[in-house]
Amino acid sequence: MSATISEPKVAVDAQVAQPKQGRLRTLWESMKENKVSYLFVGPFVILFTIFVVIPILISIGLSFTYFNMVQPPSWVGWGNYLTLFLEDEIFLIAVKNTLFFAAITGPVSYILCFVFAWLINELKPKLRAFLTLLFYAPSISANAFMIWTVMFSGDAYGYINGILLYWGIIDKPIQWLQDPTYMMGIVILVVLWMSLGVSFLTFIAGLQGIDNTLYEAGAIDGVRNRWQELWYITLPSMKNHLMFGAIISITNSFAAAGQLQALTGATPTDWATWTIMQHVNDYGYVRYEMGYASAMAVLLFITMVVVQRLVQRLLAKLD
Amino acid sequence: MSRFRLASKGYARSTAGDVIIFLILGGAAIFMSLPLVYAICQAFKPLNELFIFPPQFFPRHPTLDNFSDLFLLMAQSWVPITRYLFNSLFIVIMGTAGNVLFGSLCAYALAKHNFPGKRLINNLILFSLMFAGSVLVIPHYLTMAYLNWINSYAAIIVPAWAATLGVYLMRNFIDHMVHESLLESARIDGASEFDCYWRITMPIVKPAWLTLIILSFQNLWGEQGGMFLYAEELKPLPYALSQIIGGGVGRAGVAAAVTVILMIVPITVFIINQTQIVQTMGTSGIAGE
Repeated sequence: MSATISEPKVAVDAQVAQPKQGRLRTLWESMKENKVSYLFVGPFVILFTIFVVIPILISIGLSFTYFNMVQPPSWVGWGNYLTLFLEDEIFLIAVKNTLFFAAITGPVSYILCFVFAWLINELKPKLRAFLTLLFYAPSISANAFMIWTVMFSGDAYGYINGILLYWGIIDKPIQWLQDPTYMMGIVILVVLWMSLGVSFLTFIAGLQGIDNTLYEAGAIDGVRNRWQELWYITLPSMKNHLMFGAIISITNSFAAAGQLQALTGATPTDWATWTIMQHVNDYGYVRYEMGYASAMAVLLFITMVVVQRLVQRLLAKLD
Repeated sequence: MSRFRLASKGYARSTAGDVIIFLILGGAAIFMSLPLVYAICQAFKPLNELFIFPPQFFPRHPTLDNFSDLFLLMAQSWVPITRYLFNSLFIVIMGTAGNVLFGSLCAYALAKHNFPGKRLINNLILFSLMFAGSVLVIPHYLTMAYLNWINSYAAIIVPAWAATLGVYLMRNFIDHMVHESLLESARIDGASEFDCYWRITMPIVKPAWLTLIILSFQNLWGEQGGMFLYAEELKPLPYALSQIIGGGVGRAGVAAAVTVILMIVPITVFIINQTQIVQTMGTSGIAGE
């Protein structure tokens, strides 16, 4: 994973074929040798195990049970998974919506984050800090996006309706957030508007961290314009951060729920903006069927891991 | 620093390209800031202007009524509003500090050491980012109940220390920005591993942890306490404010004021941090010449 590794001792030890007893001993020896490293990772790993790893394992276990949070879980095997695909029609709608939503917002938000970070990076420091704030501002306020519900409000008080009525383009208000024709489009627009978040900031910090000598060397080696510079120098130096950004885009787009629910309500018309994550929350917190909700979360997790592997393979070609 | 970089570039950049970039950035900046400007405008509108038809973007008779109404309502709260503010700040500061400290310690070893189990930890961190958080709430609650942390700040603060995003981010930056030769020469000079982490690595990756502070701060600032904090005097500020604006249409003006007030703190932190990022880059750029 990491490019620069100083001591190849462990790797060498591991490669030497030994009887089992001996291998365990070597492992123990190299662990003792690296005890400083464990002091460094220790605090986080303990916290991470208690608050992240164990809950995830419990949740995977629960996905094979019926668990209503009152009675103890009862084992149902693959039952939840079968129900999801064979009986739950709304889940299948949610799958379709999520894939559509993710296929658009994932790549577009990713590209937006990089393009804007790259463009802003060229500016003078003060202007750069100011524009970074403007672009990042929508993600800074937890509910700034609620402004859009006023914009697209279905009555004549909504801004878009107000303007269109005033100009005479429409003669009665459009139910922007209740009409399945517009709902998904509006939701995607708002989510993209909010998408310059974590990855955007990381890309900016990452671009700032590229060694200047690389650019100087590039200019000597015959880089002639900013596109060549981007392709031959900037992108390869950003590989770590690009993968990080991809993971953020994948999780945000596949696990979107909150913003959609806030915009189009808890029961959207024809389930037009219903996503897997909303279905998870619905079963988890409204119906208290944790086993079923966990099964969906596991499927979503597998989907994201597969997509992440694909993206990783794509990014590996950047060298 | 861009001044040095632009000067060092050995090729001409097209003016047309610069103009296009400027237009794109300008247009996008307006689109991005519009709803925020709108939020601020709303907060200064008298109640009757909020429901005017056709809707107006800018307030015609700007007023501070919404804010004074809000302060009046806050003053009536039986737990003093300053207590809510203290709760929020305490949670945010403790949570962020631990997240940055434990995260960067772990990230340093993951990026610069080689030890058995490293790949496993790396992969677990990566995968955990992709597991939907909301199904974890129940196992999480059970853990808290077991630890007897329900209704204490620890229930919010300590899990924040285990946030994986920060480790992953820090690891990338350390891996990429801190050269092995630098650490090697420090070790030869007798620096301990902790010195290498604290005195060499951390200053170099300042942009990374400044970014992490923004992210962590922002996450925790929106924290409402949820199922972990029951006692009214432990609840954070966003919870108190959401109770105040829960009063329906008549509170629309107050709600607009709340939106603005809740934005002020993260935006201030953001501005301070971003200027810091620019400054570090300035100095390290010169040092690297």
